[in-house]
Amino acid sequence: MTLELAMEDTPVLPRGVRLHQDRVRGGWVLLGPEKAVALDAIGTAILSRVDGQTDLAALVADLAATYDAPEAQIAQDVQRFLVGLRARMFLTVSA
Amino acid sequence: MTVQPPIAMLAELTHRCPLACPYCSNPLALVQKDRELPTEVWADVFRQAADMGVLQLHLSGGEPAARPDLVALTQAAREAGLYVNLITSGIGLTPRRIGQLEDAGLDHIQLSLQGTNAELADWIGGYNGGFDRKMQVADEIKARGIPLTLNAVMHRHNLDDLDRTFDMALEMGARRLEVACVQFHGWATQNRGMLLPTRAQTAATKRKVAEAAKRLQGILAIDFVPPDYYAEYPKACMGGWGTAGLNVTPEGKVLPCHAAETIPHLQFDTVTDRPLAEIWYNSAAFNAYRGTDWLPEPCQSCDRKEVDFGGCRCQALALAGDANATDPVCRHAPGRGQVDALLAAAEADETTAFTYRRVAAT
Repeated sequence: MTLELAMEDTPVLPRGVRLHQDRVRGGWVLLGPEKAVALDAIGTAILSRVDGQTDLAALVADLAATYDAPEAQIAQDVQRFLVGLRARMFLTVSA
Repeated sequence: MTVQPPIAMLAELTHRCPLACPYCSNPLALVQKDRELPTEVWADVFRQAADMGVLQLHLSGGEPAARPDLVALTQAAREAGLYVNLITSGIGLTPRRIGQLEDAGLDHIQLSLQGTNAELADWIGGYNGGFDRKMQVADEIKARGIPLTLNAVMHRHNLDDLDRTFDMALEMGARRLEVACVQFHGWATQNRGMLLPTRAQTAATKRKVAEAAKRLQGILAIDFVPPDYYAEYPKACMGGWGTAGLNVTPEGKVLPCHAAETIPHLQFDTVTDRPLAEIWYNSAAFNAYRGTDWLPEPCQSCDRKEVDFGGCRCQALALAGDANATDPVCRHAPGRGQVDALLAAAEADETTAFTYRRVAAT
């Protein structure tokens, strides 16, 4: 299967994968099975919008509006980030 | 160098285990039950770990389910803010207990796999009936939807079953499969001739893992730990000594890795004597091999020194007789001939029985 998300796909953090505020290093990390992924501001902005309800199109539109950036560019960045997580099974998709 | 806080802690709650796997990473001298840390000391260690920046806690052993207080320990770890992973053979986990662990906030289970059928698995694990019980536990984990990694420990006697191993991971609903070839520390060194895969098996395994990882992308994540004797360069053991993780033994000794106690000139502090953060940042043992200043040649002038940090200290000691030497696995190491000799000896080895991991009679 392809790891790329369609614009109408809804990204979901599956059970066992959660955002965690790192009170020692600062910022947020994504905790999953046997791995902690340190998130930069962009990663945090994306994952804070992954709520299991919002589809990729709406997520990209929200980010583009919030950061006043072109949707095409945002879509590309978000896709790359989510594909990486999906390859590790840290992200699933509901159609 | 600036020492960073650790990310992961492995808590070896007990060395007791119903299985007797001949490659167990526990030391040859196993800690007896009456020396194990009590619940409240472990709970305090978990809080100290979280306070100093540990994010991931692995509850391990021995078999952690042999601890009657496993549910309480899981709850204490979650309350401390840690991501809690249970590393288990499954033996000792009843459906009721799995439910209690789930309620206590257990995040993830890593289930070991000794072999793909009862005959093979029970021979390798040295425990009759173990495979069937493990399969019942796997069913329960799947029914509850608890995130699962299947950890298949691979060696000469089960590597040819790799295709079946992939299928079993899928049947169990695992999201991740670790194809972990035996590393030669602790008990595995007593069984090298029985366990070392052949060169042909190693090559076939690499190919099969790469194919499966591609075929199963988005369904199953596969991590591969190759048998490092066949490698050209050593592994950066633990991501570098005292860099990312620490181990705590059943009696509370704090180690940079599983096997560190084999290095005789190092002395390890205990959580009941010193705060965990002080041990991590200031103890002589944790500072002994941090960074790259201590590295010998040929490592010191090698452009891979920030990649593998000279490899594994315990392996350098075990094979080259010197914990300060380049890991003999490295193609540039003066001790590489020792590894090649072991490979040749294993190829010719005619042993047919395992030396099982068991507590020595006292």
